[in-house]
Amino acid sequence: MSAETSSGPSPAFAVLAQRAGDWLGVIGGFGVLFAEIVRRTLRRDFDRSEFFRSLYRMGIKSLPIVIVTALFTGGIMVIQAAPIVQRYGAYGLLGWGAGFGTLREIAPLLTALMINGRVGANNTAELGTMAVTEQIDALRALAIDPVGFLVAPRFLAIVLTLFLSTIFSDALALLGAAYAGLGFLGVEPAVFYRGLTTGLLDFGDVAHGLQKSVVFGVVIGLSSCHYGLSTQGGAPGVGRSVNATVVASAAGIFVLDYLLSFALS
Amino acid sequence: MIRLEGVCKSFDRPVLSDVDLSVPESCLFGLIGPGASGKSLLLRMITGLMRPDRGKVSVAGSDVLAMGDMQLHEYRKGIGMLFQNNALFDFMTVAENIAFPLRRLFHLPEAEIAERVAERLSRVDLPGFEARLPAGLSGGQKKRVGVARATVTRAPIVLYDEPAAGLDPVTSQKIFDLLRAEQRAANSTVVMVSSDLDRLLTVTDRVGMMLDGRLIFEGSTEEAKNAADPRVYQFVHGKVDGPL
Repeated sequence: MSAETSSGPSPAFAVLAQRAGDWLGVIGGFGVLFAEIVRRTLRRDFDRSEFFRSLYRMGIKSLPIVIVTALFTGGIMVIQAAPIVQRYGAYGLLGWGAGFGTLREIAPLLTALMINGRVGANNTAELGTMAVTEQIDALRALAIDPVGFLVAPRFLAIVLTLFLSTIFSDALALLGAAYAGLGFLGVEPAVFYRGLTTGLLDFGDVAHGLQKSVVFGVVIGLSSCHYGLSTQGGAPGVGRSVNATVVASAAGIFVLDYLLSFALS
Repeated sequence: MIRLEGVCKSFDRPVLSDVDLSVPESCLFGLIGPGASGKSLLLRMITGLMRPDRGKVSVAGSDVLAMGDMQLHEYRKGIGMLFQNNALFDFMTVAENIAFPLRRLFHLPEAEIAERVAERLSRVDLPGFEARLPAGLSGGQKKRVGVARATVTRAPIVLYDEPAAGLDPVTSQKIFDLLRAEQRAANSTVVMVSSDLDRLLTVTDRVGMMLDGRLIFEGSTEEAKNAADPRVYQFVHGKVDGPL
């Protein structure tokens, strides 16, 4: 029997160490990029015209999808609650029930997921294409800082877009819920409104959802910019980056939603 | 003067090994060599877009690698660069692309910017293309817009990475003649990477040849054409038989 033994790490350990290293690299990249964005934002050292252009493309052009999502989300909440409301005759609590779930959880979460799919993916694809076609390098070669010119304005536009879209979503989801309540349960909008405003809900519930929307916006903005800028490998690389940002942002949104639900309660 | 000393760079494998290169002031320097021999990488190092693992890069006596963000910003204002893929900004029109460095770096009056853009477009035979988007241009037209952007600031150093790639022979020769004329007019220092040796060697003052990450030849254009090194001779004359 040979006395020789392998002194190196096992292949499984090496793969695990490689994966852990990759993840630490990604997290480190997020941290560095976030610090650079914050630095430029505080110094107001970012391109205003790119910010407003991004706000228009990301915010205004996302309105149709936000409207559809919000209206149907409100309606779905009422449809799901309808059997319980009917069984216990709790028609007066429909506004509270719909409002509680919508304002604190459903509107910020679903709006974030929609914005992630539309704006985050698009932002990664644009920055990724710019990276693989040397446009980012061209900016650097022209002595233009890509973070100040492209990244910080887009990041800020995404955060603001999600915050404003969530406010809009809150209102539209409640409108959808009110009219679904009228249609499916015969609950008058006035009764729905009283349930919404008679003390069980307050501004804290609205603020709870809005704080989440800001955190979700940071996740989408950071992820989409990071994966976009680090794109390599031509068109397939852009595809991989878009895939990575959508998955990472969605996972980040759910994990942080869970943690924030504890922290903000 | 552009000077690289003992420059080394590795990714998965060594891509640059102990490269020493000197480009005199006001010289049009042609950098030649087979694909993936490290030519484009050298241009990136001169602009400070990439740092070597080892070695020194200095331009006009200033150490590029020791520059902080602000110094690098000022240094890059003095460089024009044409990228291999042109790197035109997709979301800007032709005029906005060319005007971009003037507007962002030099804050010139709009009337002067419009005049400079029109003059550049006229020089590259694209008058009236101001409002077009890069997506609507042919490969040759994009290349010419890239040349116009690289030269619009009249930078003292201009780097061209494959300025004639994908162009027909006539347009290619016109581009090289234009770049030579620009270099003479501005008295700029130019480093030009090109695979179109027949035309490149009609305009260069000096030539360097890269092979497997090493600079194996540096000399005048005439010396390159009559090089004693069989690898250089074979490459310059496009011979099939030889050590390469």
